[in-house]
Amino acid sequence: MKITFTINGKPATVDVDGHTPLLWVVRDMLNLKGTKFGCGKAACGACTLHVDGEAVRSCSYPVKYAEGKRVTTIEGLSEGDQLHPVQQAWEEEVVPQCGYCQPGFMMATAAMLEKIPNPTDDDIDKNIVNICRCATYYRMRKAIHKAAKIKAANG
Amino acid sequence: MTNASEFGTNSSSKTKDKSSDTTIKINDTPFDKMMAVLTHKRCVNCHPSGDRPRQGEDSHIHNFDVQRGEDNHGVAALRCESCHGHENNDFSGVPGAPEWSLAPIAMAWEGLSRVKIAKSMLNRANNGNRSLDEIVKHLTEHELVLWAWEPGVDAEGNPREKPPVGKEEYIKAVKEWAAGGAVIPEE
Ligand code: FES
Ligand code: FES
Repeated sequence: MKITFTINGKPATVDVDGHTPLLWVVRDMLNLKGTKFGCGKAACGACTLHVDGEAVRSCSYPVKYAEGKRVTTIEGLSEGDQLHPVQQAWEEEVVPQCGYCQPGFMMATAAMLEKIPNPTDDDIDKNIVNICRCATYYRMRKAIHKAAKIKAANG
Repeated sequence: MTNASEFGTNSSSKTKDKSSDTTIKINDTPFDKMMAVLTHKRCVNCHPSGDRPRQGEDSHIHNFDVQRGEDNHGVAALRCESCHGHENNDFSGVPGAPEWSLAPIAMAWEGLSRVKIAKSMLNRANNGNRSLDEIVKHLTEHELVLWAWEPGVDAEGNPREKPPVGKEEYIKAVKEWAAGGAVIPEE
């Protein structure tokens, strides 16, 4: 079936089985490799992206549900050259180790900050439950707090 | 407390609630059949008594510390719909149905007897101010409720257990129970 949506602000139409995970479409058809495959069963968060601004685990999101919606991946998080506060904070705190899990964490964090601009540690614990095998959680927590500050300062 | 009497019911009827045994027998009443479904894990996992859903055949606390959130649909970046779609996803094993969410805390059923569940269900203060007709409609037509008979497979491909009463038999039982005055036996 034909499915039309926007990907990082640009229109896209794919012709594919509607049950295909959005993750496959993003990576293999739209060639955006920033969103990662970890578990394939909504358990790790590596594949997190935004659909209409909400954090979604794209390995378990049939592409047919993206019809008419706005899909944003890590490649579309910045506004042109202006890095998103989450990206700035991640860079400043040198968060990644191997990096594989990081786009998912960053997309989940960006979604959280839209609704909880100044998250507490408890908010972070409850919202950001992705998995990082390199255990960068401590640096991520610092980066999340920093991203909130950057975002607030940007207005 | 219950206001079941507003539906013309008689919760102090002479019928004694028999047990929490959910084995269905041939002469079970409509109430027995209905409650065998409503106390099944496919229902109760999302009617928890706390702020964390349960999941699986053993009703363990939902992995990843998933939370109820203010609107019963999860928290800011971990919504129910972050993973659960409008239908089961048999590839990833993530179950889904429209409006996948927790029942409000007022409708917590976990750990309650079937009599208490039934009373709570009829209590407008708990049930979203629903009339008996509206309760019946919810119980027999809502897609999320009826999902219990189409529960799909888990991540290993194992089918999830269905309630012990078939869907049509359950719907009939709910309607018969309501038509008979929505009587709740004594505990
Ligand atoms: S790959 Fe989607 S949650 Fe792990
Ligand atoms: S940085 Fe390696 S898995 Fe997270």
